[in-house]
Amino acid sequence: MSETLKHIVNYFSAPEWSFTIFSVLFIWALFQRWIWTRQGVIIAMVAISVALGWALQDANFRVTLLKPDNAPIFLMIYLFSFFLWMAMLQAHNNDRRMEQRLPPEEKETSDQKTWVWPDLVYIELLCMILCTVALVVWSITVRAPLEEPANPANTPNPSKAPWYFLGLQELLVYFDPWFAGVVLPSIIVLGLMAIPYIDVNPKGSGYYCFKERRLAILTFLIGFFVMWDFLIPIGTILRGPGWNVFGPFEEWSSHKVVALTNVNLSEYVWVKAFYPLGQAIGWEWLAQGLPATDGSLSLANITRVFKKEFAGILILAFYFCVLPGLLARGWLKDFCERLGFARYSVAIFLFLTMATVPMKMYLRWLVNLKYIVDTPWIKF
Amino acid sequence: MPLEKPKNTILESQVKKSIFRVGIPNTDRKRVLIVLGNVFLHLHPTKVRTSGVKLRFTWCAGGLAFFLFLVLTLTGVLLMFYYRPTVDLAYPDMVDLREQVPFGIMREMHRWGAHAMVIVVMLHMFRVFMTGSYKPPREFNWVIGVLLLVLTFLLSFTGYLLPWDQLAIWAITVGSNMAKATPFLGAGGPGAEFLQIGGVPLIHPGDDARFLLIGAKELGGITLNRFYVLHCIFIPLAAAVLMAVHFWRIRKDGGISGPM
Repeated sequence: MSETLKHIVNYFSAPEWSFTIFSVLFIWALFQRWIWTRQGVIIAMVAISVALGWALQDANFRVTLLKPDNAPIFLMIYLFSFFLWMAMLQAHNNDRRMEQRLPPEEKETSDQKTWVWPDLVYIELLCMILCTVALVVWSITVRAPLEEPANPANTPNPSKAPWYFLGLQELLVYFDPWFAGVVLPSIIVLGLMAIPYIDVNPKGSGYYCFKERRLAILTFLIGFFVMWDFLIPIGTILRGPGWNVFGPFEEWSSHKVVALTNVNLSEYVWVKAFYPLGQAIGWEWLAQGLPATDGSLSLANITRVFKKEFAGILILAFYFCVLPGLLARGWLKDFCERLGFARYSVAIFLFLTMATVPMKMYLRWLVNLKYIVDTPWIKF
Repeated sequence: MPLEKPKNTILESQVKKSIFRVGIPNTDRKRVLIVLGNVFLHLHPTKVRTSGVKLRFTWCAGGLAFFLFLVLTLTGVLLMFYYRPTVDLAYPDMVDLREQVPFGIMREMHRWGAHAMVIVVMLHMFRVFMTGSYKPPREFNWVIGVLLLVLTFLLSFTGYLLPWDQLAIWAITVGSNMAKATPFLGAGGPGAEFLQIGGVPLIHPGDDARFLLIGAKELGGITLNRFYVLHCIFIPLAAAVLMAVHFWRIRKDGGISGPM
């Protein structure tokens, strides 16, 4: 029974399954008022603990999870689940109040003032004491990790970044380092900074709510919980030697060989579509196969690169240059009018860039797509 | 009351009055004065919105992030007394801190505190987002907060290298290799090969973004020194300046947020 369950968990923890299941459940759950109750959080906390407790019975999972620097991941899972509940409970509560034409709960005391001394100072002191106690207990019970002395000649397999960057490292599977390691993090930081300037919705300032700012909250929570936080345990627990996927109850074997069958879009176009088509209708130009290219900057070569990658270049040009305009005229017309041209351009660029992450992940899982555009100089 | 006299002697003494100008804060006037007259407390106004004091509104996340920063400063300074940032000595100093100090938990406090700070800073951002507290007039303070989040990651990241064990150098190798892929500025990044004059590349492993980060072509003693200075001096100072702006702006932008 337990073994069967472990096999099932191993199977469904592969990123294509677990990411899908988690995203769907997460987004669905945000709308379910009955989940965000006091009983709900107790059940969730107990469920997480039972699941972890059960999983830790397994030797392989213990080895993976109890690695020295994984302690913060426990803390993160508990704290983030708890405070997600804390936020959504108050958000749904305020939504309910506003449906009954009551002001948000915070409003009841927001016009009153409280003395900093002693009321606020007292709360802060208690928080500091509790935090200190927790930190001291944690420090006494769990030793700080210290591995073998640094040895540049001995590369551990897998080599992992600090835990909070493992979501980004996980994206290296789907993107090249220039994007996942440099450009995307920069866009994330700039995008976070841009939030107050592109969110022009005046509602929901200074109190918890969900209904009044669904788009903003959904975007942020999907970015924060699904794309950043969820990928951290994926990178920590499921990625073993060779950065291959291992189920939580699977032994990390460095002999596991996963066939790399990833295919570029240009190959799909020229080899798998055009070639047989050209042969069938007897048009030689279509049946030429993948145009050969090299790294030189001669006009002839650049032309060949464009010819080889035309589909990907057209798709990206459409996605980033044409689609925003089409959306502004159609589906997002109101949104665009509210934001104005400059804000809309920034916002839609950030949305679309954010969306490339799951899209590229699914393209990899569904059709083994490697690069949409693969030039000798830049690959995406 | 038998203790009345010694109590009064202490409370009325010149020493006590010179330190705490205000007596027992039992009136509103004294409550104001005690906050105004104390350099630490005067980060706060004398009165705050009642809804903003509630723990379920703020989670005390911002306060705890700052508190953890202070804990890390204190434990970090203590660790600096014993730690020497060289390739030969860093690791033995770590072992000494672990083996030779009875009941020593400073390194544990520092390491777990650092992880906790990363988590708490993210939670603070989450809370501020969910309460819409970044909305006007607090837009700019959110921007400062994002910068502080980045500095928190950088502080943690630079500190990660200092034990100079396998965990440290390989995590930093993975991280710093990303700089190699910076467009135009990293030797392996897209576009870098076009930056050349007369066939001589301008961007190569000896001067690219990764070199700037680790101070050499490969991780080594100079990297350790560089990360040590960044970790102990440069980034904490930058964070302190931004924190000062962050706290100042909370008050200037109307204090803790609340519904209009």
